[in-house]
Amino acid sequence: MAHKPGKHLLPGFGLTLGVSLLYLSLIIVLPLLAMLLKVGGMGWAEFWRIASSNRALAAYRITFGSAFIATIFNGLFGLLLAWVLTRYRFPARRLLDALVDLPFALPTAVAGLVLVTLFSNTGWYGQFLEPNGVKVNYTQAGIVMAMIFTSIPFVVRAVQPVLEELEGDLEEAAHTLGATGPQTFLRVIWPTILPAFISGCVLSFARSLGEFGAVVFIAGNLPGITEVVSLLIFIRLDEYNYEGAAALAFVLLLAAFITLILTNLLQAWQARYAERSRG
Amino acid sequence: MTTLSTHTRSGAETLLIALAFLFSALLLVVPLALIFAFAFREGLGVYLANIAEPNTLHAIWLTVFTALVVVPVNIVVGVCLAWLVTRFRFPGRHLLITIIELPAAVSPIVAGTVYLFLYGGQGLLGPLLQSAGIKLMFTVTAIVLVSLFVTAPYVARELIPLMRQQGTEDEEAALSLGANGWQMFWHVTLPNIRWAILYGAILTNARVMGEFGAVSVVSGTIRGQTNTLPLQISQLFNDFNVTGAFAASTTLALMAVLTLVLKSTLEGRFWR
Repeated sequence: MAHKPGKHLLPGFGLTLGVSLLYLSLIIVLPLLAMLLKVGGMGWAEFWRIASSNRALAAYRITFGSAFIATIFNGLFGLLLAWVLTRYRFPARRLLDALVDLPFALPTAVAGLVLVTLFSNTGWYGQFLEPNGVKVNYTQAGIVMAMIFTSIPFVVRAVQPVLEELEGDLEEAAHTLGATGPQTFLRVIWPTILPAFISGCVLSFARSLGEFGAVVFIAGNLPGITEVVSLLIFIRLDEYNYEGAAALAFVLLLAAFITLILTNLLQAWQARYAERSRG
Repeated sequence: MTTLSTHTRSGAETLLIALAFLFSALLLVVPLALIFAFAFREGLGVYLANIAEPNTLHAIWLTVFTALVVVPVNIVVGVCLAWLVTRFRFPGRHLLITIIELPAAVSPIVAGTVYLFLYGGQGLLGPLLQSAGIKLMFTVTAIVLVSLFVTAPYVARELIPLMRQQGTEDEEAALSLGANGWQMFWHVTLPNIRWAILYGAILTNARVMGEFGAVSVVSGTIRGQTNTLPLQISQLFNDFNVTGAFAASTTLALMAVLTLVLKSTLEGRFWR
């Protein structure tokens, strides 16, 4: 370690460094390395053959497409919830605020079980939807529903603190200068919350890409129609087709890496933004 | 504050609040209510019998056991890592933070898969473990390991911003007054971060108890042996025992509600 001696006034550098490095290596890095070695060992041609097979391509299309739709819904719904929770005072506001985190607290398997029951043809929602030709269970709509439920909190929790900090002064100023409500929102509020909003959407999208528990209950899991990538990986493992599983897991891991880098960049952007608006 | 409860609501405001409640009711309240409605639809007797079913009881016990192991480990490691990255500057600091955040970004299925490639029969360490006579995959140990992987960021993520904000003055003062490292930690650092630790622990617990994807890859889902509660729920559902699946779900739903109550109480008291 190239730290300057005498710079550490506080104790515990060696101990915490040792524990952290050991733990991260054993629990996170080593397992990831094992998979990367597996992918590296199969060679580029084999990797490409698996990762671009028709079944895999269909799974990407279904997964990314559904996650995209779910993220658009959660972007709008999240914005609405964040706005209402920070700007208005009404009965049960704190209850609503607490309830937003339910999808993070409720296990995904339970969420899947509940959704498939709600939307079955005799279910609380399905009995009204199915006679009108809307079928959710065992269709892509079911996948979207599962993704929506499991990622509701991301946009709300990203936008809420920014809106809270913004409260009052800027809008007051805009109003004094003669801006109407919608003008104030579009010109003043929206640009300020945009980085947080996008970062919430990216997190929501990433979560939807990887969602498994809730999706398998409701999707029906037909290859090429309602089969998401994480399910295809699971099936490959079940078939002892470890190469197939490794290649697809690598694709998902890559997507996760990209979202992680994106959110880091967005957070830096947001920090700069906040700095400038304060200064 | 531009909007106070004393002003008369505009039409737009009423509409937005109504929409927020409508969607929240449809997407959050009704699903939560349905769990209990279905669990008790055949009466209390059937519910209790479903809960007391040996495989379900074992699944409850295994889930609690996993949480009892994983949560304390996460607390210790989270405190260590937060102390390291907020109290010292050294090369690779940001890399450490990125690495610990990685498990939160990957699919739970990928989490399970990477463990299979490490400890499984065809995995990196598989032959080594086999010759030593150790079987990790499809055991409770594997369940604990993947749970540690998926929850790695939870405690550290709460502590890092808080400890960065608190700075080092209190701790330096304690040291200059003659406290040793452990005394400083117990009497100064820990009291400052205990609520954040609790907060992180609550989130860790919820994730551990509910983890499905990662655990389903490495557990082997042996009933009465390596079935955690979410896996048991899935199997009951596949057996067409819907009431039994919902009965088992009530335990996790109660855990979720308790999580929300504790989380909201902590936020109301110590943040915001």
